[in-house]
Amino acid sequence: MLINQFLLLGAVLFCIGVYGVLARRNAVLVLMSIEIILNAVNLNFIAFALRNNNIDGQVFALYIIAVAAAEVGVGLAIVLLIYRNRRSIALEDLSAMKG
Amino acid sequence: MYAALVAQNVFFGIIAAVMIGGALRVVTTKNVVHAALWLVVVLAGAAGQFILLSAEFVATTQVLVYVGAIVVLFLFGTMLTRSRHGTDEDLTLRQWPLAAFVSILLLGIMAYVLIDAFSDDKLPDESALLVDNTAAISDAIFKPYLIPFWALSFVLLAALVGAIVLARRD
Repeated sequence: MLINQFLLLGAVLFCIGVYGVLARRNAVLVLMSIEIILNAVNLNFIAFALRNNNIDGQVFALYIIAVAAAEVGVGLAIVLLIYRNRRSIALEDLSAMKG
Repeated sequence: MYAALVAQNVFFGIIAAVMIGGALRVVTTKNVVHAALWLVVVLAGAAGQFILLSAEFVATTQVLVYVGAIVVLFLFGTMLTRSRHGTDEDLTLRQWPLAAFVSILLLGIMAYVLIDAFSDDKLPDESALLVDNTAAISDAIFKPYLIPFWALSFVLLAALVGAIVLARRD
């Protein structure tokens, strides 16, 4: 296996996640696209851990999984609060700080 | 020996195609619950790739934490923030062509850099690796990377308490 096949797969997933963050209207869908980005980064870390025969890449990937779990918990709590206050989580309706 | 290499590449191709198709469905589907289920496809595919890269502990952790907890969190969040009219509304912003252009440009730059830097480097053969990954991971976590591990437990505690405080009704 080439290392490039895993790195290119990670790059494609990263860019699909970036498109999702920029183009989705629902806040929960934006959080899902962030999860795709984090998984692409994990794939990179573990591919390099295999290439350099160093376990540090896998340890870092585990830490990223833990931080992603914490981030999704707090992010969804914030989305829930916004929904309670404004009855909508469409990003176009959340423009109170705009110009 | 050669058959194992062919099998690895075939499985990589299948899992990569499924992952990319699932990720595209996450960012284009019109139903939020369907997007969460396609996300499960992407996350399970990532766990399969980790097993191909002989990282079995991370693959198991990925299935347990991501598929088992985070997707359930997403589904609960979707349930509690439903809009009035169900799936009628459009879930993509008006400026999505600009987002597509940005992401394709980013992909082009990254692909060029990756092919230029790692053009034909092969991954090492399985037999030359650390044979007991879980023991090596625990040695790494509890010796050189102990302080990030403690910091991470504080992060998880703060996230847990914070999410409960934010979301309670009073």
